[in-house]
Amino acid sequence: MSIASIISIVISAILTENIVLNKTLGICPLLGTSKKTDSAVGMGLAVTFVITVSSVVCYGLFQLLDMWNITYLQTIVFILVIASLVQLLDIVLKRFSPTLYNSLGIYLALITTNCTVLGSANMVIDNGYNLLETFIFGFFTGLGFTMVLILMSGIREKLNRAHIPVSFAGFPIALIIAGILAMAFAGFSGFAF
Amino acid sequence: MDVKKLKETALGGILNNPVFVLVLGMCPTIGMSTSVTNALGLGLATAFVLIVSNVFVSLLRKIIPDKVRLPSYIIIIATFVTLVQLFLAKFLPALNASIGRFIPLIVVNCIILGRAEAFAGKNSVGYAALDGVSMGLGFTCSLVILGGVRMLLIAAGMRIFETAAGGFIVLGLLMALFNYLMRLYRNSHKRKLLQGGAAL
Repeated sequence: MSIASIISIVISAILTENIVLNKTLGICPLLGTSKKTDSAVGMGLAVTFVITVSSVVCYGLFQLLDMWNITYLQTIVFILVIASLVQLLDIVLKRFSPTLYNSLGIYLALITTNCTVLGSANMVIDNGYNLLETFIFGFFTGLGFTMVLILMSGIREKLNRAHIPVSFAGFPIALIIAGILAMAFAGFSGFAF
Repeated sequence: MDVKKLKETALGGILNNPVFVLVLGMCPTIGMSTSVTNALGLGLATAFVLIVSNVFVSLLRKIIPDKVRLPSYIIIIATFVTLVQLFLAKFLPALNASIGRFIPLIVVNCIILGRAEAFAGKNSVGYAALDGVSMGLGFTCSLVILGGVRMLLIAAGMRIFETAAGGFIVLGLLMALFNYLMRLYRNSHKRKLLQGGAAL
Protein backbone atom coordinates (compact mmCIF):
# COMPACT_ATOMS: atom_id res chain seq x y z
CA MET A 1 0.00 0.00 0.00
CA SER A 2 1.94 2.99 -1.23
CA ILE A 3 1.25 6.71 -1.13
CA ALA A 4 1.34 6.79 -4.92
CA SER A 5 -1.57 4.39 -5.30
CA ILE A 6 -3.64 6.45 -2.84
CA ILE A 7 -2.88 9.64 -4.73
CA SER A 8 -3.83 8.00 -8.00
CA ILE A 9 -7.15 6.85 -6.51
CA VAL A 10 -7.86 10.37 -5.23
CA ILE A 11 -7.10 12.08 -8.52
CA SER A 12 -8.96 9.58 -10.66
CA ALA A 13 -12.00 9.60 -8.35
CA ILE A 14 -12.33 13.38 -8.44
CA LEU A 15 -11.06 14.38 -11.86
CA THR A 16 -10.18 11.88 -14.55
CA GLU A 17 -12.75 9.20 -13.73
CA ASN A 18 -15.37 11.53 -12.29
CA ILE A 19 -18.43 9.51 -11.37
CA VAL A 20 -20.91 11.88 -13.01
CA LEU A 21 -19.12 13.26 -16.04
CA ASN A 22 -17.02 10.26 -16.95
CA LYS A 23 -18.87 7.21 -15.62
CA THR A 24 -22.29 8.77 -16.31
CA LEU A 25 -23.79 7.79 -12.95
CA GLY A 26 -25.92 10.03 -10.76
CA ILE A 27 -27.37 12.09 -13.57
CA CYS A 28 -30.88 12.23 -12.09
CA PRO A 29 -29.73 14.11 -8.96
CA LEU A 30 -27.44 16.18 -11.16
CA LEU A 31 -30.45 17.40 -13.15
CA GLY A 32 -32.88 17.41 -10.24
CA THR A 33 -30.99 19.13 -7.43
CA SER A 34 -28.66 21.49 -9.24
CA LYS A 35 -31.03 24.43 -9.50
CA LYS A 36 -29.71 26.14 -6.37
CA THR A 37 -26.24 26.07 -4.90
CA ASP A 38 -27.50 25.52 -1.33
CA SER A 39 -29.37 22.34 -2.17
CA ALA A 40 -26.46 21.18 -4.35
CA VAL A 41 -24.09 21.44 -1.38
CA GLY A 42 -26.52 19.63 0.96
CA MET A 43 -27.18 16.84 -1.51
CA GLY A 44 -23.49 16.47 -2.30
CA LEU A 45 -22.42 16.15 1.32
CA ALA A 46 -25.18 13.69 2.20
CA VAL A 47 -24.25 11.55 -0.81
CA THR A 48 -20.54 11.71 0.10
CA PHE A 49 -21.32 10.38 3.56
CA VAL A 50 -23.54 7.57 2.30
CA ILE A 51 -21.12 6.53 -0.46
CA THR A 52 -18.21 6.36 1.99
CA VAL A 53 -20.03 4.32 4.62
CA SER A 54 -21.86 2.04 2.19
CA SER A 55 -18.71 1.30 0.17
CA VAL A 56 -16.94 0.19 3.34
CA VAL A 57 -19.90 -1.85 4.64
CA CYS A 58 -20.52 -3.44 1.22
CA TYR A 59 -16.82 -4.25 0.95
CA GLY A 60 -16.98 -6.09 4.28
CA LEU A 61 -20.17 -7.96 3.37
CA PHE A 62 -18.75 -8.95 0.01
CA GLN A 63 -15.86 -10.70 1.77
CA LEU A 64 -18.45 -12.77 3.67
CA LEU A 65 -20.43 -13.52 0.49
CA ASP A 66 -17.19 -14.51 -1.20
CA MET A 67 -16.29 -16.81 1.68
CA TRP A 68 -19.64 -18.58 1.46
CA ASN A 69 -19.58 -18.66 -2.36
CA ILE A 70 -22.85 -16.78 -2.77
CA THR A 71 -21.57 -13.72 -4.63
CA TYR A 72 -24.60 -13.84 -6.94
CA LEU A 73 -26.52 -12.24 -4.07
CA GLN A 74 -24.31 -9.14 -4.41
CA THR A 75 -26.94 -6.87 -5.97
CA ILE A 76 -29.68 -7.75 -3.49
CA VAL A 77 -27.40 -7.47 -0.44
CA PHE A 78 -25.86 -4.18 -1.56
CA ILE A 79 -29.17 -2.48 -2.24
CA LEU A 80 -30.52 -3.64 1.13
CA VAL A 81 -27.42 -2.27 2.88
CA ILE A 82 -27.79 1.06 1.13
CA ALA A 83 -31.52 1.33 1.79
CA SER A 84 -31.15 0.52 5.49
CA LEU A 85 -28.13 2.79 5.83
CA VAL A 86 -30.08 5.71 4.43
CA GLN A 87 -32.94 4.90 6.78
CA LEU A 88 -30.52 4.70 9.72
CA LEU A 89 -28.91 7.98 8.78
CA ASP A 90 -32.38 9.50 8.65
CA ILE A 91 -33.18 8.33 12.19
CA VAL A 92 -29.78 9.25 13.66
CA LEU A 93 -29.71 12.71 12.14
CA LYS A 94 -33.26 13.43 13.22
CA ARG A 95 -32.35 12.51 16.78
CA PHE A 96 -28.87 14.06 17.15
CA SER A 97 -28.63 16.87 14.62
CA PRO A 98 -32.03 18.32 13.74
CA THR A 99 -30.46 21.34 12.00
CA LEU A 100 -28.52 19.19 9.56
CA TYR A 101 -31.56 16.94 9.16
CA ASN A 102 -33.75 19.87 8.22
CA SER A 103 -31.24 21.28 5.80
CA LEU A 104 -30.91 17.94 4.01
CA GLY A 105 -34.66 17.38 4.04
CA ILE A 106 -36.01 15.28 1.21
CA TYR A 107 -32.60 14.65 -0.36
CA LEU A 108 -31.81 12.11 2.30
CA ALA A 109 -34.54 9.69 1.23
CA LEU A 110 -33.66 10.12 -2.43
CA ILE A 111 -30.12 8.82 -1.94
CA THR A 112 -31.29 5.18 -1.98
CA THR A 113 -32.12 5.39 -5.67
CA ASN A 114 -29.02 7.40 -6.48
CA CYS A 115 -26.99 5.13 -8.71
CA THR A 116 -23.66 6.65 -7.65
CA VAL A 117 -23.96 4.78 -4.35
CA LEU A 118 -24.62 1.30 -5.74
CA GLY A 119 -22.31 2.06 -8.67
CA SER A 120 -19.33 2.89 -6.49
CA ALA A 121 -19.98 -0.09 -4.21
CA ASN A 122 -19.82 -2.29 -7.33
CA MET A 123 -16.72 -0.49 -8.63
CA VAL A 124 -14.89 -1.15 -5.37
CA ILE A 125 -15.50 -4.88 -5.87
CA ASP A 126 -14.60 -4.79 -9.59
CA ASN A 127 -11.36 -2.89 -8.94
CA GLY A 128 -10.36 -5.21 -6.09
CA TYR A 129 -9.54 -2.46 -3.58
CA ASN A 130 -8.54 -3.18 0.01
CA LEU A 131 -10.26 -1.63 3.02
CA LEU A 132 -8.27 1.62 3.16
CA GLU A 133 -8.45 2.08 -0.61
CA THR A 134 -12.20 1.47 -0.46
CA PHE A 135 -12.63 4.18 2.16
CA ILE A 136 -10.55 6.69 0.19
CA PHE A 137 -12.25 5.80 -3.09
CA GLY A 138 -15.73 6.21 -1.57
CA PHE A 139 -14.95 9.53 0.09
CA PHE A 140 -13.32 11.14 -2.95
CA THR A 141 -15.92 9.80 -5.36
CA GLY A 142 -18.48 11.59 -3.21
CA LEU A 143 -16.41 14.77 -3.28
CA GLY A 144 -16.16 14.52 -7.07
CA PHE A 145 -19.96 14.24 -7.23
CA THR A 146 -20.36 17.25 -4.91
CA MET A 147 -17.98 19.32 -6.99
CA VAL A 148 -19.85 18.65 -10.24
CA LEU A 149 -23.17 19.41 -8.54
CA ILE A 150 -21.87 22.76 -7.28
CA LEU A 151 -20.32 23.68 -10.65
CA MET A 152 -23.58 22.81 -12.38
CA SER A 153 -25.76 24.74 -9.93
CA GLY A 154 -23.58 27.84 -10.30
CA ILE A 155 -24.02 27.76 -14.06
CA ARG A 156 -27.76 27.10 -13.85
CA GLU A 157 -28.29 30.00 -11.47
CA LYS A 158 -26.69 32.31 -14.03
CA LEU A 159 -28.69 30.66 -16.79
CA ASN A 160 -31.94 31.79 -15.20
CA ARG A 161 -31.18 35.29 -16.44
CA ALA A 162 -30.36 34.20 -19.98
CA HIS A 163 -32.77 33.95 -22.89
CA ILE A 164 -33.28 30.29 -23.78
CA PRO A 165 -35.41 28.98 -26.69
CA VAL A 166 -38.64 27.45 -25.36
CA SER A 167 -37.83 23.92 -26.56
CA PHE A 168 -34.49 24.01 -24.73
CA ALA A 169 -35.80 25.36 -21.42
CA GLY A 170 -35.29 23.11 -18.40
CA PHE A 171 -33.66 19.74 -18.92
CA PRO A 172 -32.32 19.96 -22.51
CA ILE A 173 -30.13 22.99 -21.81
CA ALA A 174 -28.97 21.44 -18.53
CA LEU A 175 -27.91 18.30 -20.42
CA ILE A 176 -25.98 20.34 -22.98
CA ILE A 177 -24.21 22.21 -20.20
CA ALA A 178 -23.37 18.89 -18.57
CA GLY A 179 -21.97 17.78 -21.93
CA ILE A 180 -19.71 20.82 -22.13
CA LEU A 181 -18.58 20.26 -18.53
CA ALA A 182 -17.88 16.61 -19.37
CA MET A 183 -15.74 17.73 -22.29
CA ALA A 184 -13.75 19.94 -19.94
CA PHE A 185 -13.30 17.02 -17.55
CA ALA A 186 -12.24 14.75 -20.41
CA GLY A 187 -9.34 17.17 -20.76
CA PHE A 188 -7.96 15.95 -17.44
CA SER A 189 -7.26 12.55 -18.91
CA GLY A 190 -5.96 13.96 -22.19
CA PHE A 191 -7.86 14.57 -25.40
CA ALA A 192 -8.09 11.56 -27.61
CA PHE A 193 -10.59 12.67 -30.21
CA MET B 1 -62.49 -2.99 -19.11
CA ASP B 2 -62.33 0.74 -19.38
CA VAL B 3 -61.31 1.60 -22.97
CA LYS B 4 -60.13 5.12 -22.16
CA LYS B 5 -57.85 3.97 -19.37
CA LEU B 6 -56.58 1.13 -21.56
CA LYS B 7 -55.69 3.56 -24.32
CA GLU B 8 -54.05 5.96 -21.89
CA THR B 9 -51.94 3.20 -20.35
CA ALA B 10 -50.91 1.82 -23.73
CA LEU B 11 -49.86 5.25 -25.00
CA GLY B 12 -47.99 6.06 -21.78
CA GLY B 13 -44.70 5.03 -23.33
CA ILE B 14 -44.96 7.87 -25.86
CA LEU B 15 -46.92 10.64 -24.15
CA ASN B 16 -45.16 10.07 -20.83
CA ASN B 17 -41.94 8.84 -22.40
CA PRO B 18 -39.63 7.85 -19.53
CA VAL B 19 -36.56 9.42 -21.12
CA PHE B 20 -37.82 12.50 -22.94
CA VAL B 21 -40.75 13.54 -20.75
CA LEU B 22 -40.34 12.05 -17.27
CA VAL B 23 -36.52 12.36 -17.48
CA LEU B 24 -36.00 9.15 -15.49
CA GLY B 25 -33.27 6.58 -15.92
CA MET B 26 -30.77 9.01 -17.37
CA CYS B 27 -27.60 7.19 -16.32
CA PRO B 28 -27.93 4.05 -18.46
CA THR B 29 -29.43 6.19 -21.23
CA ILE B 30 -26.26 8.23 -21.56
CA GLY B 31 -23.79 5.57 -20.49
CA MET B 32 -24.97 2.76 -22.72
CA SER B 33 -26.18 4.43 -25.90
CA THR B 34 -22.86 4.36 -27.76
CA SER B 35 -24.22 1.75 -30.17
CA VAL B 36 -27.60 0.38 -31.20
CA THR B 37 -26.69 -3.12 -29.93
CA ASN B 38 -25.84 -1.92 -26.44
CA ALA B 39 -28.89 0.34 -26.37
CA LEU B 40 -31.20 -2.48 -27.48
CA GLY B 41 -29.66 -4.95 -25.02
CA LEU B 42 -29.94 -2.68 -22.02
CA GLY B 43 -33.35 -1.40 -23.10
CA LEU B 44 -34.79 -4.90 -23.35
CA ALA B 45 -33.19 -5.97 -20.06
CA THR B 46 -34.75 -2.96 -18.35
CA ALA B 47 -38.09 -3.56 -20.06
CA PHE B 48 -38.11 -7.18 -18.89
CA VAL B 49 -37.43 -6.19 -15.28
CA LEU B 50 -40.02 -3.43 -15.52
CA ILE B 51 -42.77 -5.73 -16.84
CA VAL B 52 -42.15 -8.59 -14.42
CA SER B 53 -41.73 -6.38 -11.37
CA ASN B 54 -44.86 -4.41 -12.32
CA VAL B 55 -46.83 -7.68 -12.47
CA PHE B 56 -45.50 -8.91 -9.13
CA VAL B 57 -45.95 -5.59 -7.36
CA SER B 58 -49.51 -5.48 -8.63
CA LEU B 59 -50.22 -9.06 -7.55
CA LEU B 60 -48.80 -8.43 -4.08
CA ARG B 61 -50.23 -4.95 -3.63
CA LYS B 62 -52.89 -6.06 -1.13
CA ILE B 63 -50.47 -8.15 0.93
CA ILE B 64 -47.57 -5.69 1.26
CA PRO B 65 -48.13 -3.33 4.21
CA ASP B 66 -48.01 0.31 3.23
CA LYS B 67 -45.10 1.19 5.54
CA VAL B 68 -42.63 -1.31 4.12
CA ARG B 69 -43.73 -1.07 0.51
CA LEU B 70 -40.59 0.62 -0.83
CA PRO B 71 -38.14 -1.95 0.61
CA SER B 72 -40.44 -4.74 -0.62
CA TYR B 73 -40.54 -3.25 -4.13
CA ILE B 74 -36.75 -2.94 -4.13
CA ILE B 75 -36.36 -6.60 -3.16
CA ILE B 76 -38.73 -7.70 -5.93
CA ILE B 77 -36.84 -5.59 -8.47
CA ALA B 78 -33.40 -6.72 -7.23
CA THR B 79 -34.43 -10.37 -7.55
CA PHE B 80 -35.32 -10.00 -11.22
CA VAL B 81 -32.22 -7.93 -11.91
CA THR B 82 -30.09 -10.74 -10.48
CA LEU B 83 -31.96 -13.13 -12.76
CA VAL B 84 -31.11 -11.00 -15.81
CA GLN B 85 -27.51 -10.72 -14.64
CA LEU B 86 -27.10 -14.49 -14.38
CA PHE B 87 -28.88 -15.05 -17.70
CA LEU B 88 -26.61 -12.60 -19.56
CA ALA B 89 -23.45 -13.99 -17.97
CA LYS B 90 -24.39 -17.50 -19.03
CA PHE B 91 -25.96 -17.07 -22.47
CA LEU B 92 -24.79 -13.73 -23.87
CA PRO B 93 -21.23 -13.23 -22.60
CA ALA B 94 -20.31 -10.76 -25.40
CA LEU B 95 -23.19 -8.44 -24.57
CA ASN B 96 -22.47 -8.92 -20.88
CA ALA B 97 -18.92 -7.68 -21.39
CA SER B 98 -20.12 -4.40 -22.88
CA ILE B 99 -23.24 -3.61 -20.81
CA GLY B 100 -22.60 -5.75 -17.72
CA ARG B 101 -21.51 -2.73 -15.70
CA PHE B 102 -24.97 -1.19 -15.99
CA ILE B 103 -27.08 -4.30 -15.37
CA PRO B 104 -26.92 -4.21 -11.53
CA LEU B 105 -27.78 -0.53 -11.75
CA ILE B 106 -31.21 -1.40 -13.19
CA VAL B 107 -32.17 -1.86 -9.52
CA VAL B 108 -31.77 1.85 -8.88
CA ASN B 109 -33.21 2.89 -12.23
CA CYS B 110 -35.89 5.36 -11.16
CA ILE B 111 -38.27 4.26 -13.94
CA ILE B 112 -38.86 0.87 -12.37
CA LEU B 113 -39.36 1.95 -8.78
CA GLY B 114 -41.25 4.96 -10.10
CA ARG B 115 -43.76 2.84 -12.04
CA ALA B 116 -44.11 0.38 -9.15
CA GLU B 117 -44.93 3.23 -6.80
CA ALA B 118 -47.01 5.39 -9.14
CA PHE B 119 -48.87 2.72 -11.12
CA ALA B 120 -48.43 -0.98 -10.37
CA GLY B 121 -49.07 -0.58 -6.62
CA LYS B 122 -52.49 0.92 -7.35
CA ASN B 123 -53.80 -0.99 -10.37
CA SER B 124 -54.81 -4.52 -11.29
CA VAL B 125 -52.44 -6.97 -12.95
CA GLY B 126 -53.62 -6.45 -16.54
CA TYR B 127 -53.10 -2.70 -16.46
CA ALA B 128 -49.78 -3.07 -14.61
CA ALA B 129 -48.46 -5.48 -17.25
CA LEU B 130 -49.63 -3.19 -20.07
CA ASP B 131 -47.98 -0.23 -18.36
CA GLY B 132 -44.76 -2.22 -18.06
CA VAL B 133 -44.82 -3.13 -21.76
CA SER B 134 -45.61 0.41 -22.86
CA MET B 135 -43.06 2.10 -20.60
CA GLY B 136 -40.43 -0.56 -21.27
CA LEU B 137 -40.80 -0.24 -25.03
CA GLY B 138 -40.86 3.57 -24.76
CA PHE B 139 -37.59 3.41 -22.85
CA THR B 140 -36.04 0.93 -25.30
CA CYS B 141 -37.08 3.01 -28.32
CA SER B 142 -35.61 6.21 -26.89
CA LEU B 143 -32.38 4.38 -26.07
CA VAL B 144 -32.19 2.93 -29.59
CA ILE B 145 -32.85 6.30 -31.22
CA LEU B 146 -30.13 7.88 -29.10
CA GLY B 147 -27.81 4.97 -29.86
CA GLY B 148 -28.51 5.25 -33.58
CA VAL B 149 -27.79 8.97 -33.70
CA ARG B 150 -24.57 8.55 -31.73
CA MET B 151 -23.49 5.62 -33.89
CA LEU B 152 -23.97 7.69 -37.07
CA LEU B 153 -21.97 10.56 -35.62
CA ILE B 154 -19.20 8.21 -34.48
CA ALA B 155 -19.17 6.56 -37.92
CA ALA B 156 -18.82 10.04 -39.43
CA GLY B 157 -15.52 10.34 -37.59
CA MET B 158 -16.58 12.41 -34.56
CA ARG B 159 -15.06 10.30 -31.83
CA ILE B 160 -16.21 12.68 -29.12
CA PHE B 161 -19.66 11.10 -29.35
CA GLU B 162 -18.22 7.92 -27.89
CA THR B 163 -17.60 9.75 -24.63
CA ALA B 164 -20.02 10.83 -21.92
CA ALA B 165 -19.81 14.42 -23.22
CA GLY B 166 -21.23 13.42 -26.59
CA GLY B 167 -24.01 11.45 -24.89
CA PHE B 168 -25.10 14.45 -22.83
CA ILE B 169 -25.17 16.74 -25.85
CA VAL B 170 -27.03 14.36 -28.18
CA LEU B 171 -29.62 13.62 -25.49
CA GLY B 172 -30.06 17.36 -24.81
CA LEU B 173 -30.63 18.08 -28.49
CA LEU B 174 -33.01 15.13 -28.95
CA MET B 175 -34.98 16.18 -25.88
CA ALA B 176 -35.32 19.71 -27.26
CA LEU B 177 -36.53 18.23 -30.58
CA PHE B 178 -39.05 16.04 -28.74
CA ASN B 179 -40.33 19.07 -26.77
CA TYR B 180 -40.69 20.99 -30.04
CA LEU B 181 -42.63 18.19 -31.76
CA MET B 182 -44.89 17.70 -28.73
CA ARG B 183 -45.66 21.42 -28.70
CA LEU B 184 -46.53 21.33 -32.41
CA TYR B 185 -48.80 18.33 -31.78
CA ARG B 186 -50.54 19.98 -28.84
CA ASN B 187 -51.03 23.26 -30.70
CA SER B 188 -52.58 21.54 -33.72
CA HIS B 189 -54.77 19.55 -31.34
CA LYS B 190 -55.92 22.75 -29.64
CA ARG B 191 -56.60 24.43 -32.99
CA LYS B 192 -58.71 21.49 -34.10
CA LEU B 193 -60.73 21.71 -30.90
CA LEU B 194 -61.21 25.46 -31.39
CA GLN B 195 -62.34 24.97 -34.99
CA GLY B 196 -64.71 22.25 -33.88
CA GLY B 197 -66.13 24.68 -31.31
CA ALA B 198 -66.62 27.37 -33.97
CA ALA B 199 -68.46 24.96 -36.26
CA LEU B 200 -70.87 24.16 -33.47
